[in-house]
Amino acid sequence: MTSDMTLPLYQTLTADETALSAQVSLAGDNLQDIRRTALERFKAIGLPTLKTEEWRFTNIQRYLKEFSYEFLHSAVQVSADTVAPATIAGLDCYRIVLVNGHLETALSELPAGKGITIGALSAHTTAPGFTTWFNEQPHLASAVLAQLNTALFADGLYIELAANTVLEKPVHIVHVYTSNTPAFVQPRHLWVLNRCAAATIIETTVHPNSQAVTFANSVLETVVMENAELWHYNVQQGAENFREVHTTAAQQYKDSRYHHYNFTLPNTPFTRNNLSVALKGSHTETNLKGIYLANKHQHVDNHTFMDHIMPDCYSNELYKGVLLDSSNAVFTGKILVHQEAQKTNAFQQNNNLLLGDKADINSQPQLEIYADDVKCSHGFTAGQFSEESMFYLRSRGIGEDAAKALMVNAFSHDITNDVSIPELQQHLQDQIAGIMNN
Amino acid sequence: MLTIKNLHAEVEGKKILKGINLEINKGETHAIMGPNGSGKSSLASVLAGRDNYTVTEGEVWFNGKNLLELSPEDRAREGVFLAFQYPVEIPGVSNLNFLKTALNEIRTYKGLPPLEAKEFLKLTKEKQQLVDFHSNLMNRSLNEGFSGGEKKRNEIFQLAMLDPQLAILDETDSGLDIDALRIVSNGVNKLRDAEKSFVVITHYQRLLEYIIPDFVHVLYNGRIIKTGTKELALELEERGYDWLKEELHLKESV
Ligand SMILES: Nc1ncnc2c1ncn2[C@@H]1O[C@H](COP(=O)(O)OP(=O)(O)O)[C@@H](O)[C@H]1O
Ligand SMILES: [Mg+2]
Repeated sequence: MTSDMTLPLYQTLTADETALSAQVSLAGDNLQDIRRTALERFKAIGLPTLKTEEWRFTNIQRYLKEFSYEFLHSAVQVSADTVAPATIAGLDCYRIVLVNGHLETALSELPAGKGITIGALSAHTTAPGFTTWFNEQPHLASAVLAQLNTALFADGLYIELAANTVLEKPVHIVHVYTSNTPAFVQPRHLWVLNRCAAATIIETTVHPNSQAVTFANSVLETVVMENAELWHYNVQQGAENFREVHTTAAQQYKDSRYHHYNFTLPNTPFTRNNLSVALKGSHTETNLKGIYLANKHQHVDNHTFMDHIMPDCYSNELYKGVLLDSSNAVFTGKILVHQEAQKTNAFQQNNNLLLGDKADINSQPQLEIYADDVKCSHGFTAGQFSEESMFYLRSRGIGEDAAKALMVNAFSHDITNDVSIPELQQHLQDQIAGIMNN
Repeated sequence: MLTIKNLHAEVEGKKILKGINLEINKGETHAIMGPNGSGKSSLASVLAGRDNYTVTEGEVWFNGKNLLELSPEDRAREGVFLAFQYPVEIPGVSNLNFLKTALNEIRTYKGLPPLEAKEFLKLTKEKQQLVDFHSNLMNRSLNEGFSGGEKKRNEIFQLAMLDPQLAILDETDSGLDIDALRIVSNGVNKLRDAEKSFVVITHYQRLLEYIIPDFVHVLYNGRIIKTGTKELALELEERGYDWLKEELHLKESV
């Protein structure tokens, strides 16, 4: 049995029948039934191949095989210095540090107060919010990597805001990914905002660069209850020694607002973001905005799903890509409007700047509309900088690189400009300018 | 300051400039007139370094430097400025950020430190007044949604900010009403001094009543076919270009 536990991940996932079950028993918590069901689902669906509809343009097996990854369940200690680069200048916030998904209390300031429950997920598996919502988002059942996470996750962050609870400052979650040997880590988070609650949550990542490669397969479930509002910023800082499948599964109830902003920055060779929103109540608003700025041989796949189940909901999705070098992006925008979801407004747009000679984008709108009284649209563009604009800038003494930086900043402007926190907005603009001027 | 010798240029295989010769000294203002399509904007583009034009023959010297060998940005940094006939709109690039970047890139080239925020603002305020450029346009995207007149004023405002040695104004007067024309011309006149030179491209004599040139050249079919003083502009206004074209054909048939 013990030898099974040190099998490389890929073999464990594909060949060995008993090793995975052994991993589940290791968890030793009150979730064994959920974990075993998930494991069965994982085995039944199997690892995606290029023939799997949802993975046609992303060969995940290639990345799983790339290193001899092992499951890493235990916590790793990091110092305050490690986390320092994550600071967003001037931002007054609650900072929470997770190392490979494990809460590092010594480096975290948890918001406290009436109606706020926040802490390690493992410490809240009997909380009412957990028992009601954990693993309940309807799209997770068919998402094979999410099932793997459910079966074998170690820990993550649990947030529950009671009705009418408003977090006055943003929460900044710093995810540190670090290991001495190639590691496969599976953070799992659950955030529940009850009626009329409101929060702003920023996620960023830190990857100490002397460390071995980590592959994160993380899952976040968010529940935004009636008239609640969540501003959610996910900044994937990017590093050579990181690979990621990142699943965000949201549910929204009546009159709620969910704003999801995703920024994928250079250097991580492989990123797959699954983002899905199930609208379980009417009169909701959903904004899904994303920028992916990729370089070298980076592969960035944003797989999004807006599930309009109820009538009178509004969703607006805008993803913009800047592809340098030989980077490669995939965008899938699925919009499903159920027959009952009359008066749906669902908009989607994907624009790309292909700046590298070998850069490539594969963009797939997938609209399935079963209601007749709806407004839906989608659009796609891919192009280069306008020569006229470049010449104009250069004719004013602005060098080619600086001109490109200005143009990329302009291209991403309608997303960065929407960022509700000025310090974060500045931070992102600086990041983008820094990358382009490099 | 600027010497153009036998300049030939083509675009998409089409010969546009067919042997331009022009000498511009410090402090001079030259007007270039000529019918539509004669190559005035092309000449301006070649001088500014637009890369869809290919120079097939000739030389251009600017303060002892071979201008044609410089990138567009280096030409600007050396002191050449083109006020575009049709300024582009660049959504998302704020006017202010654009100007700050341009100014500091030019300063860096000259070995100067970037301007302090305070100095920059002071300079901006001062130059805005010169062309009555509304400060609420400063924070907007570059030329986006600007009226024709606002775009032209922005060109002259940029000219004032960047303080070049040689300014080429390509039809800055077209599309301007008389009030705007006065404002823009006054702005230009205030910038004129013994060190700076201007090339004013227009096909309306009207502008030259406000910006009085030292020389007037007529560009036709890719060549300068006549050079005179400001009286030539008046004559063109009265008689049009046909008599010049006839003169030219007579000469060529001899
Ligand atoms: N990009 C281009 N491709 C082909 N022909 C061009 C291009 N730009 C200008 N031309 C041609 O060059 C000639 C001169 O144009 P232009 O320099 O704009 O004249 P002007 O400014 O004197 O009106 C015209 O015949 C015009 O059609
Ligand atoms: Mg012209």
